[in-house]
Amino acid sequence: MSAIAYPINEAKAVERPQALRDPDWVRWSLTAVAVGFIVLFLCLPLGIVIIEAFSKGWQTYWSALTQPDAQAAMQLTLLTALVTVPLNTVFGVAAAWAITRFEFRGKSLLTTLIDLPFSVSPVISGLIFVLLFGAQGWFGEWLSAHDVKVLFAVPGILLATLFITFPFVARELIPLMQEMGSEEEEAALSLGASGWRTFFWVTLPNIKWALLYGVLLCNARAMGEFGAVSVVSGHIRGLTNTLPLHVEVSYNEYDFVGAFASASILAGLAIVTLILKSALEWRQARR
Amino acid sequence: MSTKTGLKTGLLAASLLISGAAFADRTLLNVSYDPTRELYKEFNQAFIQHWKEKTGEDVHIQQSHGGAGKQARAVIDGLEADVLTLAITYDIDKIAANAKLLTKDWQKRLPNNSIPYTSTMVFLVRKGNPKGIRNWDDLVKEGVSVITPNPKTSGGARYNYLAAWAFAEKTYGGKDAAKDFVRKLYKNVPVLDSGARGSTTTFLQRGIGDVLLTWENEAYLALKELGQGEVEIVVPPVSILAETPVTVVDKVVDKNGTRDLAEAYLNFLYSPTGQKLAARHFYRPIDPKVVDAADLANFPELERVTVDQAFGGWANVQKEHFDDKAIFDQIYAP
Repeated sequence: MSAIAYPINEAKAVERPQALRDPDWVRWSLTAVAVGFIVLFLCLPLGIVIIEAFSKGWQTYWSALTQPDAQAAMQLTLLTALVTVPLNTVFGVAAAWAITRFEFRGKSLLTTLIDLPFSVSPVISGLIFVLLFGAQGWFGEWLSAHDVKVLFAVPGILLATLFITFPFVARELIPLMQEMGSEEEEAALSLGASGWRTFFWVTLPNIKWALLYGVLLCNARAMGEFGAVSVVSGHIRGLTNTLPLHVEVSYNEYDFVGAFASASILAGLAIVTLILKSALEWRQARR
Repeated sequence: MSTKTGLKTGLLAASLLISGAAFADRTLLNVSYDPTRELYKEFNQAFIQHWKEKTGEDVHIQQSHGGAGKQARAVIDGLEADVLTLAITYDIDKIAANAKLLTKDWQKRLPNNSIPYTSTMVFLVRKGNPKGIRNWDDLVKEGVSVITPNPKTSGGARYNYLAAWAFAEKTYGGKDAAKDFVRKLYKNVPVLDSGARGSTTTFLQRGIGDVLLTWENEAYLALKELGQGEVEIVVPPVSILAETPVTVVDKVVDKNGTRDLAEAYLNFLYSPTGQKLAARHFYRPIDPKVVDAADLANFPELERVTVDQAFGGWANVQKEHFDDKAIFDQIYAP
C-alpha cells in the first residue's frame, strides 16, 4: 500500500500552498521588471562607458590611456591604494580584535566612531582636512613654516582616502569575530602559544576570507573615491589628479574618448572586484 | 649597519620615485579659471619652447582649472600657485587680503592693469534661434529657459549677472527696476552649475535650456568643438567688459625660486605670440595690431560697460550683490 501511496503523497507535498501560487503573468512581469531594472540602470550605463571609450577605435582609446596625464593619474591611484589599503587592513584587524576580544570603557563609542566615515558625506570629509591642514587651518602655519605640503599634494589625497576607507576591513571582521568567540584562541594560549602565534595560526585562518573581502572593498573604494579627494586635490594635472578626477577633467575638456577610456579602467576594476567578491562569497558559503 | 644603509637607500629611492620630476626641472603652477584650458594648453607649449630657446633651460608648466571663486579659495587654503590667471580682479584682491600672498597693488605691476586679454559675455542659442533671442530683455520672457552658472562660485556668472543688471538699469532706469529684471531672469534659470564649463556641458551635452549665457571665448570654443550646426552665437548690443587679470604670487615664487620664470611667463602673454594665441582662442587681445585679421573678425563691435564705471568696482559689487543676504540671495530662490 505504501508503495502505491508514496508517489501521490510526494506529489501532494511538492504542490505549493495557494498563497505561493501566483498566476503566470504576475510571476513573469515581476521577473521582467527586475531584469529590466538591472539592464536599464546597471548594464546600460556600463555598456555606454565601453561604447563611448571605443567610439573612435582602439588606437584613440590606447593613446588616451597612454598620454602622460592619464598615466600620472593611474600611478597616483595605484600609489593611493598601495598606501591606504595595507594601513587600513592593519588598523581594521587591530580594531576588530580590540572590540571583539576585550572589554573596556568607551568600546561602543569606538565602534560608532569606526562607522563615522560611512555616515559623513565625502565632501565634508575633504573639508575637514582643508580646515586642519589648509594654509588658514589649524596646522597651516606650522606646516608652511616647516615647508611640509599636505593639502593639494599627495599626502592630502592619501589622508582623505585613508579616512574614507577606514571602516571597510573592521566592519567585515567585527561580526565574524564576535560570532566566532574566543574559545579556540584561549585554548591555544593555555597550551602555551604566544600571542602572535595564536593570531597567525588560530585567528587568521578563521577570518582570512572575511579579511580578503574587506580588503577588496577597501581597495575598490580607495581607487574610486571622488568627493573627498576632489576637495583636497587642487586638480593639478599630472600631479594631484587621481583616475576619477582625471575622468572629470577630460570630460570637461571635451575629450570624451579620454574621459570614457579612463572610466572604462575604473569600470573594469569594478567588474574584477565584483567577480572576486562573488568568488569569496561562494567560498564562504561552502565552508 | 648594512641593513640600515639599505633601508636608507630604499627610502631615498622611494622619495625620488615619488617626486622625481620636481627635482629635475623648475616648474610653474598656473592656477586658472574654467574656460582657459585650451588657451593655456597651447600657450604653455609656446612658452616652454620660447624659454628653452632664450635660456636653454627646460621647464614644466602645471595647470589647475576650476570655477574662479573656487580656485581663489584653494589658493587661500594653500594651493601653491606661482601664477594666477583668473576671471575677475576681485578674486586676486581676496587672495592678497586674506592670505597675504601678494602685494595689494599687484594690478600695477603689468601693462593694462595686469589684463593681457579681455572678453565679454554673449548668448549661445539653439540652431535657428527658435525663441528669437536677440537682447537681454528676451531672456526674461515666459517659457525661455536660461543656463548660467552660480555667481557665488563662478567669475563668468558674475559677469552675466552684472551685464543683465547694467542693461536693465540703462533700459528701465533705476536700481529697483534692475533688481526686478534680474529676479525675473533668474526665475528662468533651471540649474546653476558651479563653473562656466559645467554650464556649457549642461546646455550642449544634456540639451537643457534655450540659451546659454557665457564667455565669448567659451561660446566660440563650444561652437568649434561640438556645436557646429547645432547652436549659434548671438551677440547682444550691450554687454560687459570682462577683464581677466594675471599676476605672480610673490610668496610662492620667492619660496620656489621661480620669480624670473613666472614674470617671463606672464610677460609672454603680452608678446605678439601671446596675443595671437589669445585671439586664436577667442579672447580679445589688448594689442590687436599684432593679431591676424581673420582672428579679429570673430570679435563684433558692441558696447561693453565696465565694472568700475557701472558698479564702482568689485568690492562694491561684492558687498551689494554677492555677499550673504545681499541682492543675489534676495532675488534667487531655487
